[in-house]
Amino acid sequence: MKEAEFGASGIETRRPLSPHLQIYRPTLTMMMSIAHRITGAALYFGTLLLAWFLIAVSTGGGAYDVAAYCLNSIAGKLILFGFTWALFHHLLGGIRHAIWDTGHGLEHPQREWLTRAGLVGGIGLTVTVWTIAYLVH
Amino acid sequence: MAKSPAPVRPAMSRVRFLGSAKSGTADAWNMRITSIALVPLSIAFVAIVLSLLGKDYAAVRTELGHPLPAILMLLFILSGVFHMKLGMQSIIDDYVHAAQLKEWALIANLFSSVCIGLACIYAVLKLSFT
Ligand code: HEM
Repeated sequence: MKEAEFGASGIETRRPLSPHLQIYRPTLTMMMSIAHRITGAALYFGTLLLAWFLIAVSTGGGAYDVAAYCLNSIAGKLILFGFTWALFHHLLGGIRHAIWDTGHGLEHPQREWLTRAGLVGGIGLTVTVWTIAYLVH
Repeated sequence: MAKSPAPVRPAMSRVRFLGSAKSGTADAWNMRITSIALVPLSIAFVAIVLSLLGKDYAAVRTELGHPLPAILMLLFILSGVFHMKLGMQSIIDDYVHAAQLKEWALIANLFSSVCIGLACIYAVLKLSFT
């Protein structure tokens, strides 16, 4: 703990702070709120990947070969898998926000179920899409 | 002088853009609108990407140049970059406190969102029209 700061009057001038993350016991709703923000930020960088791919397709030739090679590599597939999960996790989180915004599902058991559904659903949809990808490929 | 009565305003007009600052809730509102739009559009985006798997270059090009996938991609990109610009803005507002740094971060966010959006749109349109 930092020592309190005192102004010229000798009265403590440090403004009171609201309790932050390290004060609270971690809960699932809280972790999912953090995950929503992290997946949102990750998707931001995912759009760079999309821009690169689309430019490569419209350029053609070597540019496309490089993009296709990178995205088909193990590392590329891992990143795309992460992107798929981030998208679905974030999408379900957005739907949960929309439900909560209407005032529904905020009570104890409902809000926990909604949150778990988001977590499980995001993983489930990701696995489903990748299964389809491998089946049609 | 008679005191004028308290202004009577429909509750929704306060929520939709018309708070005391007239624009205070616009970002929150636009965040909601774009996230509603992004639900079907992201699913469409994933479906389009799935349909490209295993295709060679010519087929990928043709597929992305068809009107329906192209229009869905454009809608996804437009709502996506608008949404991510607003989202990153609130992240910056929350974590970047130094005034100047914050200003630069907000400008960088705007520029990169616009550049990413424009690059994607240009590429998709090029595939459709050439
Ligand atoms: C192109 C894909 C997407 C990108 C790049 C993206 C990006 C972001 C970012 C950066 C944030 C800010 C995170 C925060 O403030 O904590 C955010 C928040 C949000 N996103 Fe997305 N997102 C995408 C797709 C979606 C989808 C499909 C939904 C569907 C419902 C959605 C719903 C939301 C909502 C409701 C918020 C606000 C959360 C809050 O107010 O705390 N997003 N998004």
